[in-house]
Amino acid sequence: MKNNFKRFFSSGLGQLTIPIISICLLIIFNLIRDPSFFSISIAHNNDGNMVLAGNLISIINGASELAILAMGMTLVTAACGGQDISVGAAAAIAGSVFVKIIKMCMFDFNSDIKAGYIILAFLAACVVAMLFGAFNGTLVAVFKIQPMIATLILFTCGRSIAYWINGGATPTVSSPIITAIGGFIPGVPIPTPVIIVVVMAVLFKLLFHFTSLELFTQSVGINGNAARLNGINSTFIKLLSFIILGICVAVAGTIGVSRLGLINHETLLIDIEMDTILAVAIGGNSLGGGKFKIGGSILGAYVIQMLTITLYAMKVSSTDVKAYKAVVIILLVVIGSPVVKKYFGRMVSKAKANRSEKKAKGAVE
Amino acid sequence: MKKFGALLLVGVLALSFALTGCGAGGKSGKIKVGVVNNPPSESGYREANVKDMEAVFSAENGYELKTAYSLKNDEQLQAAQGFITEGVDYLLISAAETTGWDEVLKKAKEAGIKVYLFDRMIDVDESLYEAAVVSDMAKEGDTAVNWLLDQKLDEYNVIHIQGAMGSDAQIGRTGALDAQFAAGTMNKVVQQTATWDEAEAKKIVESVINSGEDFNVIYAENDGMAKGAVAALDEAGITHGVGGKVIVMGFDCNKWALRELLAQKWNYDGQCSPFQAQIISDLIQGKTTASSKKIINEEKGFDATTLTQADIDTYGLGE
Repeated sequence: MKNNFKRFFSSGLGQLTIPIISICLLIIFNLIRDPSFFSISIAHNNDGNMVLAGNLISIINGASELAILAMGMTLVTAACGGQDISVGAAAAIAGSVFVKIIKMCMFDFNSDIKAGYIILAFLAACVVAMLFGAFNGTLVAVFKIQPMIATLILFTCGRSIAYWINGGATPTVSSPIITAIGGFIPGVPIPTPVIIVVVMAVLFKLLFHFTSLELFTQSVGINGNAARLNGINSTFIKLLSFIILGICVAVAGTIGVSRLGLINHETLLIDIEMDTILAVAIGGNSLGGGKFKIGGSILGAYVIQMLTITLYAMKVSSTDVKAYKAVVIILLVVIGSPVVKKYFGRMVSKAKANRSEKKAKGAVE
Repeated sequence: MKKFGALLLVGVLALSFALTGCGAGGKSGKIKVGVVNNPPSESGYREANVKDMEAVFSAENGYELKTAYSLKNDEQLQAAQGFITEGVDYLLISAAETTGWDEVLKKAKEAGIKVYLFDRMIDVDESLYEAAVVSDMAKEGDTAVNWLLDQKLDEYNVIHIQGAMGSDAQIGRTGALDAQFAAGTMNKVVQQTATWDEAEAKKIVESVINSGEDFNVIYAENDGMAKGAVAALDEAGITHGVGGKVIVMGFDCNKWALRELLAQKWNYDGQCSPFQAQIISDLIQGKTTASSKKIINEEKGFDATTLTQADIDTYGLGE
């Protein structure tokens, strides 16, 4: 019991301490502020489906793209010890490709949107996003460029590429299937993006269960040379992490487009790259690479979204939201820093020691 | 080394003159117009703007049109310089930046070339150009708010979604509504900027719905944000459009947005007109005379109950 408690604060579950504590704090804060914040109701949407509604649903629904990107980003962070800052731009490209292919199919076959077109478009978006991931990965793994610098290239030009794909226009696509991807499947009251997050999380779990990718990634991240000497192809592992992130990017981009049935290359998932990195950091993962927990990053994504929705519910002006977010995040990151954690760990063990000393004294007396 | 550099410079200059010289065939009888504009890929607005220019200043209408497109001010300046050397009769400019144009416009004046500005103003003395044909964003806001007042609702509870703070469009379109809030004729349920981001607009409306507050008007400062807001309404099962609970208003008149109007899912869309070419053409041909240096382009507001397919074909932007 004692050891568990100590471990909780220093290591072990400690990685999840910060996201769990911050979610609890946000829940308590909202309970005091306005308990109705948590009310969930069942409503009928305009298509006549039963759907769940409420702030909590908004949070888990709205954080979907962020959570998916955070999963991939965790892997890249762990393997390369750096982050991909081009995910937002790459998602804009993937989203543009998705819309472009659907439009082309509609034009070529002169028909309405069919499920087949959407599957084809999604696969094309995946391939394109994986290619861009491979591009980033090659720069990082083969040419040993700092990840942030390597991905800065796509960060800078990505949205321009997205804008060429659709000729600078903001085309719309409307179809019940696309509404179902970005909103609700008829008969299912849970938002589809949330279901997609669960599916992605399960896929990652299966990937780690049936392959040694998790172990390999960690060892490459901790010491690439040592891993290589032990027969792990560290270049390949790094490249692979970027390609897997590419799939996440395509999924996130597709969800983003489907939510509104519109691609705007300038605003699709704008500024998401920093939130993604933040989600990884709040999740207790070392941004220097090595050990990682994908679950932590997913929780981190929900923390960020909960913070945003809370601020909106408090009617904080959206221009100010970023500043308030920054203040909370500084607190979270400082509390999660090794120095503070160590301090708390020491406090706890001291308190324990004191108590047992007293007990011992009592026994003597 | 210096000499070599100078030689190279002269060579490049000569080459560029030779190249631009090639384009200037001595066709007579037609009015030569040089247009310096932003590239059509900039936006749906620009795409329509460029197409309109090409249609109005066509050979059939008695014009010889030369165009140069760039998002960069210095490239635009060079292009304008090029047109002056070529000897166009008229120079039409939509500048990337408001500054740096003095010298070029003075040269144009010396060469007897008449300058018209369109879409965007430039910081120069008024004597350097004939007229500027521009949009008045504040008037767009007024038109929209007047339309809203004409709806004679018992109560106006407005969700106001703003564009990027400080942009011309935001300032103009916000002003009229702010005046109503101040006068107390309309209630401000929430006023937030979504910086033209559709997804952000959806979040803003979602948070109002979750708070349980009542509202019956959504005033979004562009079409994309209106679409985001409507997505939130749809998910919450709130009716909108003609005969619905919530009035939806957007701006820019994209074709897809006007189609939403035609389907009566939205109520109003305010125009931001990219069609300045005809006004300038009339001025050039002396059909009209400019009463002042600044000519405000008449802009419409479309009501879902009166909109026709023909309007969409004529005024809609994009596809």
